[in-house]
Amino acid sequence: MSRSGRGRVVPYLLLLPGLLWLVLFFLAPAVQLAATSLYDPAGSLTSGYAMTWSFGNYPDAVAAYGAQLGRSFGYAGLATLLALLLGYPLAYVIALRAGRWQYLLLVCVVAPMFTSFLVRTLAWKTVLSDGGAVVGLLRDLHLLAPDGRLLATPAAVVTSLTYCYLPFMVLPLYASLQRLDPRLLEAAGDLFARPAQVFRRVTLPLSMPGVVAGTLLTFIPATGDYVNAELLGTPNEYMVGNVIDAAFLVRLDYPQGAALSVLLMVAILALVIGWLRRAGPAEAG
Amino acid sequence: MVVEEPSGALRLVGLSKRFGAVTVVDRLDLTVPAGSFFALLGPSGCGKTTTLRMVAGLTEPTGGRILLGDEDITRLRPYRRPVNTVFQSYALFPHLDVFENVAFGLRRRGVPEVAGQVRRMLSLVQLDGYERHRPEQLSGGQQQRVALARALVNRPRVLLLDEPLGALDLALRRRMQGELRRLRTEVGGTFVHVTHDQEEAMTLADTVAVMNAGRVEQLGTPAELYEFPATAFVATFLGRSNLLAGTVNGRSGDDLLVEAYGRRFSVPSARSRVDSGAVLLGVRPEKVRLVGTAEQVPAGHQWLDGTVTDVGYFGVSTEYSVRTGAGVELSVFAAADGESARIPAGSPVLAHWHPRHAFLLHHDPHHCLHHCLHHDLHDDAAAAAAAAAAAVRAGRE
Amino acid sequence: MGGRFGRFAAVRFGRFAADTFARFVAIGFGRFAADRLGRFVAERFGRFVADRFGRFVADHWVLAVAALVLGYLLLPVAVVAGLSFNQPSSRLSYDFAEFTLDNWRDPCAGPGMCAAVLRSVQVGFVATAVSTVLGTLMAFALVRHRFRGRAAVNVLVLAPVATPEVVLGTSLLALLVAAGIPQGFWTVVIAHVMFCVSFVVVTVRARLSGMDGRLEEAAMDLYASEWQAFRRVTLPLVLPGIAAAALLAFSLSFDDFVVTNFNSGTTVTFPMYVWGASQRGIPPQVNVVGTAMFAVALLMLAASRLGRRSTRSSRSTRSRRSTRGRR
Ligand SMILES: Nc1ncnc2c1ncn2[C@@H]1O[C@H](COP(=O)(O)OP(=O)(O)O)[C@@H](O)[C@H]1O
Ligand SMILES: [Mg+2]
Repeated sequence: MSRSGRGRVVPYLLLLPGLLWLVLFFLAPAVQLAATSLYDPAGSLTSGYAMTWSFGNYPDAVAAYGAQLGRSFGYAGLATLLALLLGYPLAYVIALRAGRWQYLLLVCVVAPMFTSFLVRTLAWKTVLSDGGAVVGLLRDLHLLAPDGRLLATPAAVVTSLTYCYLPFMVLPLYASLQRLDPRLLEAAGDLFARPAQVFRRVTLPLSMPGVVAGTLLTFIPATGDYVNAELLGTPNEYMVGNVIDAAFLVRLDYPQGAALSVLLMVAILALVIGWLRRAGPAEAG
Repeated sequence: MVVEEPSGALRLVGLSKRFGAVTVVDRLDLTVPAGSFFALLGPSGCGKTTTLRMVAGLTEPTGGRILLGDEDITRLRPYRRPVNTVFQSYALFPHLDVFENVAFGLRRRGVPEVAGQVRRMLSLVQLDGYERHRPEQLSGGQQQRVALARALVNRPRVLLLDEPLGALDLALRRRMQGELRRLRTEVGGTFVHVTHDQEEAMTLADTVAVMNAGRVEQLGTPAELYEFPATAFVATFLGRSNLLAGTVNGRSGDDLLVEAYGRRFSVPSARSRVDSGAVLLGVRPEKVRLVGTAEQVPAGHQWLDGTVTDVGYFGVSTEYSVRTGAGVELSVFAAADGESARIPAGSPVLAHWHPRHAFLLHHDPHHCLHHCLHHDLHDDAAAAAAAAAAAVRAGRE
Repeated sequence: MGGRFGRFAAVRFGRFAADTFARFVAIGFGRFAADRLGRFVAERFGRFVADRFGRFVADHWVLAVAALVLGYLLLPVAVVAGLSFNQPSSRLSYDFAEFTLDNWRDPCAGPGMCAAVLRSVQVGFVATAVSTVLGTLMAFALVRHRFRGRAAVNVLVLAPVATPEVVLGTSLLALLVAAGIPQGFWTVVIAHVMFCVSFVVVTVRARLSGMDGRLEEAAMDLYASEWQAFRRVTLPLVLPGIAAAALLAFSLSFDDFVVTNFNSGTTVTFPMYVWGASQRGIPPQVNVVGTAMFAVALLMLAASRLGRRSTRSSRSTRSRRSTRGRR
C-alpha cells in the first residue's frame, strides 16, 4: 500500500525524534561510560581526567570490589529463583484458575507497584524489625537465636529484593500462561497424562517464553539494585551498585565507578545470552 | 429509494499481479456487464481476492488496466472509487456500533441526512433495532449483514463481495444466498461475488467466470458453463464429469467420431471444442444410465460395459462407481425416482448415454489437472485395455 | 542456573504429599482389619478415600501457595497503609507505636516533602508527554513499515530495558560531566524520557500489531482518506494502548530513584526525598503519600474496569437514539 518514494521516508521520519533521543542519551552515554572507565585514575573531577587507556582500572576495580560484584550476582540469582518459585503458582492460578477473580488478582499484583518503591522497601524494615512479629515467631520456633535478627542480614536483603521484582516475574508468566489454550490441557489429560505430567509436558514447555522473560526482567534489575542492600543491610551486604553509587557520588572516583558499571553490564550481557541460548529465544517485548 | 442507473461495465484489461516472482493474477481480461450479478469462481489461492483488491484499489496491479465505464480507475486511491467491498472476514470497526459502522462511508463523503439512509439500509438487511450494538455482540450472520449494509448504503456502482458467506454454516449460507438475491433486485448496481463454492456461484449469478491459476478459463451463464464446459478444469470444478481420453479419427455428418479404449463414440460437432487430435470425451454422471443387458440400451445411445464397484446413497440420488472393461472408472448418478431398483455392487452393467449429452474437449496430456489424471491412460494401457475389452466381449458371446 | 529445579519442584511437592498420605491411610486401614478379605476391602476403600483426598490436595495446594504469595506481595503495602496512621516513638523508629490521624490531616509536615512530590509530578508529566509521543511514533514505524535497519532499531529500543538502572544513570552522568552540562530538572526529564520511551514503544506496539490491518483498508474503501482512516479507525483503536503506555511511563518516572540519583543535581524528587530522609529519620507522612498513590492506582484500575463494563451493558440495551450530530 505504501506509495513508492514517499512511503520510503515515512518510517524514518516517524523514528527520527525517538531514535535521536536514544542515540544522544543512551548510546552516546554508554560510549562515554566506556571511555571514562579508561581514564587516568590519578585525575580528579576538579582537575579533569586524561584519557590514558588505563585498562588497569578493571583489574584494580575487581581486586577492590570483587566481593560486592560476586554478591550482586549471588543475591540476584537467588532472588530470581525465589521469584520464579513463588511467582509461578500465583501466575498459574491467576491465568487458569481464577475465573471471575482474575482481574482483581491482577490488580493485586500490579497496584503495589504504584506505591513508591522506596517506601515499600522501608516497610520491610518494619516487618523484619527486631521487635516485630516475624522475628518473634522465628525466635519462638527456635529458627532464630533468642538474640538473632533479620534486619541487617543477607536474608532481609534477599527477601526484599525478591519482593521488589516479583511482579516482573508474575506478569510475563501470567501472559504466557493465559495464552495457553485450555483445550491443550484437556487433550493432554485425555491422552492419559496425570496432572503432574500435564504440567511438565504441556503447561511448562508452553510457558517457557514467560519463564525466560520473567527471569530476565527480574534478574537484570536485581543485579544492579543497591537500594535494598543500603536500606535493609549493612556494608557486609553491599552489592556492586552501592560501590558504584559511592564511587560516582561520594568518592568521586569516576574511572573506577565507570569500570565497575561496564563490568556489571558485560557480565549481565554474558549471563543473559547464555540463558537465552539454554532456554530458547524469548520473544522480545 | 432512488436507485441510480448503473452506467458502464467494469472491464479488466490484461490485469496482472506479481508478488515477487510469483504471478498471482495473469493478464486477466474480463468484462462485467453493468447491473449484472457476476460470480468469480475458483479454487482457493487462484487469485480471486487479489483481483478484487485491485478493483477496490487496495492492491496495486503490476500491469493492465481497470475501467469503469469510460473511466480508467487503475491508479485511483481506494476512497476515490465508486466501488465498495464486503470483506472476507467482514472487517467491521470494533470500536463503532452498528449504526456508526453503516454510517461510516456516508459521513466520510459528507452526505447530509445520514440517519434516514442508515436506518433504511439496516431494515433492508433486517437489523432494525441493532443500531447501538457492537459488532462483537452480533452473530456471524448478523455481522455479515452489517458488512453488506455498510457497503450497500453508499450505492456503489460495483459491489465487491469476497466470499461473504464463507464463514457461515450451511443453513445460514442458504438463507443469506436468498437475501443476497433479494438485495440485488432491491438495490440494483453491479455485484461481483467471489466464491470457491460452485453451487453458490450457480444459484446466485447471472454470469460466472471460472478462474484457475490466475486466469479465466471460461465465462458464461451457469447453464452454459455446466452444459458445455470449455476445459477439463471447468468440467470437473463445476459439477463432476466423466472424461474419457481418446482421439478424433473421422467425421460423419454433423458428428465427430472418437476412438477411445478401443470403442468408437460420436459427439455432435456443435458440442466439440476441438475437431482433431487428442481429446477428452466428457459426459456428466447424471446423463449416464445403467442397464443390465445390451438389448436394454435405447437406440442411438452409446455404451461401455463394466461392473459396479461402489454404491453411494444420497437420498435424492444414488451414485454408482462403475469400473468398465476398458479400465476406466465412471461415475453414474441415478435419480431416486422410485422406479428403478438399486443395483448391488458387483453387478455387471452397461453404462450408456446419448451422444448429444457428450462434449468434446481439447486434451493436453502435459497440462492435465488432477481431476482428469486417472482418466488419462497412456496409449499402451489404452491398447491393452481395448484388447481386454474385446476378449471379454468375445467370451460373453 | 537452577532452572531445572524451578521447573519441577513445585509439582513434585504436591505429588509427594498426596502419595504419602494415600499410602499412610491405606496401610492404616489394612492393619486394622485382620482377615485378608477385610484387608482387601479396606485397602481398596482406603485407597479410594486417599485418592479423593489426594486429588483434592493436589488440586488445591496451588491455590494455597498462590494465596500466600499474594499475601507476601500485599504485606508491605498494608504496612505502609498502617504506618500512615502511626505516630512513631522516635524519628528513626520503624515500629508501630500509637494510632493517629495527624499524618493524614497534615500531609505536608515534613520539610520539603510536598515540594518534592510536586517536583516529581512535574517531571512525570513532562517525561510522560514526551516519551509517549516519541514512543508512539516509533511503534507505528516499527509495526506498519518495513525498512532497512529495522532490526537494529528494535535492538536499540529494547536495550535500555535490558540495562540495569545504575548503568543507565552513571553513563548519562559521565556524559553530562564530560560535556559540562549542569544537572537539574531538565537532565532528570531527559533521563526519564530515555528509559520511558522503550516501555511506550513496547506497549503501543503490542496494541498496534494486534490490530487488524484490514480495518484501515475497509475505511479507505468507505471513502476515508489516509488521514481520516488514521483519525477515525486507527487512532481510536490504538488509544487504549497509548493511554496504558502513558500511565506506565508516568508511574516509572514518578517512582524512579536510581537514575534520578545520578542526574538530579540539587533537584529533589519524591524518591530522592525519601532516600535522604531514610538516613535522617523518615517523617510518617511519607507513608501517607505511598498509601494515597496506591489508592489512586486502585481507583484508576477500578474505573477503567467499570467504565468498560458499563459501556458494554449500555450498548446491549437497544437504545434508539436518533440522529447523532455529524462529525
Ligand atoms: N501480499 C501477498 N504477498 C505474497 N503473496 C500473496 C499476497 N497476497 C496473496 N498472495 C498469494 O497469492 C495467491 C492468491 O491469493 P488470493 O488472491 O488471496 O487467492 P483466493 O482469494 O483466490 O483464495 C496465494 O497463493 C497467496 O499466497
Ligand atoms: Mg480469498
